[in-house]
Amino acid sequence: MSRKIGDVILDLQNISLRFGGVKALTDISFDIREHEVRAIIGPNGAGKSSMLNVINGVYHPQEGKIFYRGEERRKMEPHMAASTGIARTFQNIALFKGMSVLDNIMTGRNLKMKTNILLQALWLGPAQKEEIEHRRKVEEIIDFLEIQHIRKTPVGRLPYGLQKRVDLGRALAMEPQILLLDEPMAGMNVEEKQDMCRFILDVNDQFGTTIVLIEHDMGVVMDISDRVVVLDYGKKIGDGVPDEVRSNPEVIKAYLGAGH
Amino acid sequence: MIYRENGQFKTTYAADQQIFTIAQDKWFVLGLIAFAFIGVPMLADEYMFRAILIPFLILSLAALGVNLLVGYCGQITLGAGAFMAIGAYAAYNFMIRVDGVPLVAALLLGGATTAALGIIFGIPSLRVRGLYLAVATLAAQFFCDWAFLRLGWFTNYSPSGSVSISNLSAFGWAIDSPVEKYLFCLLFLVAFAFFAKNLTRASIGRQWMAIRDMDVAAEVIGIRPMWAKLSAFAVSSFFIGVAGALWGFVHLGSWEPAAFSVDRSFQLLFMVIIGGLGSIMGSFFGAAFIVIMPIFLNQALPALGSLFGIAISTAGVAHAEFIIFGSLIVFFLIVEPHGLARLWAIAKEKLRLWPFPH
Amino acid sequence: MGFFVETLIGGLMAGMLYSLVALGFVLIFKASGVFNFAQGAMVLFAALAMARFSEWANIALGGDSLFLANLIAFLGAGVVMFIVAWIIERLVLRNLVNQEGATLLMATLGIAYVLEGVGQTIFGGQIYTIDVGMPKDPVIMFESLFEGGIMINKEDFIAALIAAVLVGVLTLFFQKTPTGRALRAVADDHQAAQSIGIPLNRTWVIVWCVAGIVALVAGIIWGSKLGVQFSLATVALRALPVVILGGLTSVPGAIIGGLIIGVGEKLSEVYLGPYVGGGIEIWFAYALALVFLLFRPQGLFGEKIINRV
Ligand SMILES: Nc1ncnc2c1ncn2[C@@H]1O[C@H](COP(=O)(O)OP(=O)(O)OP(=O)(O)O)[C@@H](O)[C@H]1O
Ligand SMILES: [Mg+2]
Repeated sequence: MSRKIGDVILDLQNISLRFGGVKALTDISFDIREHEVRAIIGPNGAGKSSMLNVINGVYHPQEGKIFYRGEERRKMEPHMAASTGIARTFQNIALFKGMSVLDNIMTGRNLKMKTNILLQALWLGPAQKEEIEHRRKVEEIIDFLEIQHIRKTPVGRLPYGLQKRVDLGRALAMEPQILLLDEPMAGMNVEEKQDMCRFILDVNDQFGTTIVLIEHDMGVVMDISDRVVVLDYGKKIGDGVPDEVRSNPEVIKAYLGAGH
Repeated sequence: MIYRENGQFKTTYAADQQIFTIAQDKWFVLGLIAFAFIGVPMLADEYMFRAILIPFLILSLAALGVNLLVGYCGQITLGAGAFMAIGAYAAYNFMIRVDGVPLVAALLLGGATTAALGIIFGIPSLRVRGLYLAVATLAAQFFCDWAFLRLGWFTNYSPSGSVSISNLSAFGWAIDSPVEKYLFCLLFLVAFAFFAKNLTRASIGRQWMAIRDMDVAAEVIGIRPMWAKLSAFAVSSFFIGVAGALWGFVHLGSWEPAAFSVDRSFQLLFMVIIGGLGSIMGSFFGAAFIVIMPIFLNQALPALGSLFGIAISTAGVAHAEFIIFGSLIVFFLIVEPHGLARLWAIAKEKLRLWPFPH
Repeated sequence: MGFFVETLIGGLMAGMLYSLVALGFVLIFKASGVFNFAQGAMVLFAALAMARFSEWANIALGGDSLFLANLIAFLGAGVVMFIVAWIIERLVLRNLVNQEGATLLMATLGIAYVLEGVGQTIFGGQIYTIDVGMPKDPVIMFESLFEGGIMINKEDFIAALIAAVLVGVLTLFFQKTPTGRALRAVADDHQAAQSIGIPLNRTWVIVWCVAGIVALVAGIIWGSKLGVQFSLATVALRALPVVILGGLTSVPGAIIGGLIIGVGEKLSEVYLGPYVGGGIEIWFAYALALVFLLFRPQGLFGEKIINRV
């Protein structure tokens, strides 16, 4: 990999998150550098998804600070995080199941569409022009993910692996700076995993998108990530390049203990 | 081999984003509209216009509005009747209080007022969802029932509580015969159906559907739930308000608050569910079903009774109507929860393959 | 002061009746996830059955014992409500498992229409009376405490008492009996309950039947007060704010919500009504429920709704 890894883009400091009595995250700090592939790993229930939810504003941590491009971030709602360029895919597919593949991905362009509702009602010049312009962009993504043949299919009818791909497509349509991927390869067969890896690396390569990846498949993680952070029971127990993490005794213990 | 999309290749995105991507669909609907404007006035009699066609057109418009909110944005409402009332009374007040306001302007202002109030009544949707929201919208219904009954200002202190509008005319066109009323309503419906179709295939429509299907994911990709939901309430209320104003002005002529009771709200919800949630076409199907069914039962039941030598009283017919109507609703929900629009889609699918099903 | 307390007590008693109808909603919602709009129609149906059975039994018994006639009528109406529950489960619920909330809600509206139609076809569509010997005269109490004492309607008082007892019995039934526990298990998780061998269909019949009995009692109380007529079906609409206030899944919520709404309605009507032309109680109850909702979207005692992604 010959990408140039840049400065710290997102810096999380002492994040703690509780749900009633459940401590989902305890005093976690790590940073994410521009253009890198940053993996978060850990046993089930370790707090990985919660971490992503904190980053894109779905959960609000009780303690801790988040710096985005050097500036401290206020408490924010998910849609604000989205407008600062943070996109996300979901562990349990969260597609808009009543809509076609095309419409799902088009929805990802929403933040970039500006014509007002009146023009849309009349389907007048600017509204139509905008629609076509974004359609072009979306078609590029469809080509990139090799899902041309299903673009008009309602997503509910697609097999699991393709749904995951559409989920990625929808996030890509936002042209994000940081892309959070929550177990994008869970439940896939080897071939599908290879495809997905290729897409992720291509996105990272071609668009320079910073990627935060949660994944259980260690082989994949060690292969494609630049740095790895390890969580266990809501605490950080390891952080570093794959080789470092692999030889970290605490990490080994957590994984053996959890039966992996 | 008549209904085919084979060979109809789209060479531009614009072509692929047409309302009807299949030419036959387009001609069918254009033909239907032409028939509605030219053929129907020649064929239908006065009873048809008064009892069936005009109510059908206006309720279709209201059902379209309800469908935008419930079917497309997933926000259930039991207050649609109240929104019709707001439209009717607002338009009435613009008519009598503002000198020389044209009819069409009053109707649209009625819609605009409803839209504004729709936003206010939509605020609970930001906090609550599903059944809780349904009940919150009932609050709007009961509040409006009360306000139009008790607060004299709205009815211009008419002693009987009923208000009336006469001598309708628009752009120098006196709308008094049933045919003219029918055409006037038809114009509104066609225009609004066109707007509805455009909205639902544009960015705002996708935002509504995204909120409906998976609100957390929608927010994560940058949709503001407040904007999406309240805009759905506003647009939907606008449609319903205009329909209410037409109902009062054109269909009833004079009316009391009871014309827009909670029963009307339920009826509108039935229309979109039976017709098909999230389908423009479904709104029409549902409205047709609900308008025609009671009339049909009213005619058919006594006839059926006399066939077997049983005289069915008027009350008996009314009760039987209840039973049959209720059973049909349940039957539909069980057999085809996606409504008549789905049946229509399936039929078209079949036709597309005919005569060579694979 | 005396007047205020009088209004307050009147409100509490009316509230108890709301609790009763609300309880019917909650039971069904807990066990089958159905928001039962037909609850009001069930009240009407049960009251019609009760009124006519009692009338017929009275004639058959030669007018000797009103008590016996009422007892027979009560049992008869109970059986009728059981049959209704069974038919609803058979024909409707069973075919609609796993449908969305809106669909189920619509289905219960359909059921409501059918019940209203069938009820009036079988039992007639006039106004009937139920006479279970409720005393109609008011009593004056607490004369030593307040000047002029407090006037309490005996009928309301007894009605409130009956409602309270029924609510208590049902709570015990749910907490202590095996059937009650099975019902709660079903409410918590349909699949899990099924997998440990609780028959879903039977529990639904039971719940709808219990809700039917609750409707019967509510119907008797209301019917003896106001006469049995079509408008009874609308009591459901008046009890809805109660359910929302209390939380759809909470029995104590239904009770406390009922009391709050009852009191709120009476006080608003007496102290606020005159200024705005009266008749505000129906929407006031809804407005009250809405205000609560804005602060606690799941109702007072409802389970918190959490989104996970
Ligand atoms: N919305 C919520 N409400 C209550 N508890 C929650 C919520 N979200 C997460 N938790 C709790 O926080 C802890 C961490 O959950 P999280 O989903 O982040 O784990 P994870 O590492 O993603 O696990 P998995 O590998 O199973 O996806 C768990 O104990 C979970 O029960
Ligand atoms: Mg997770």
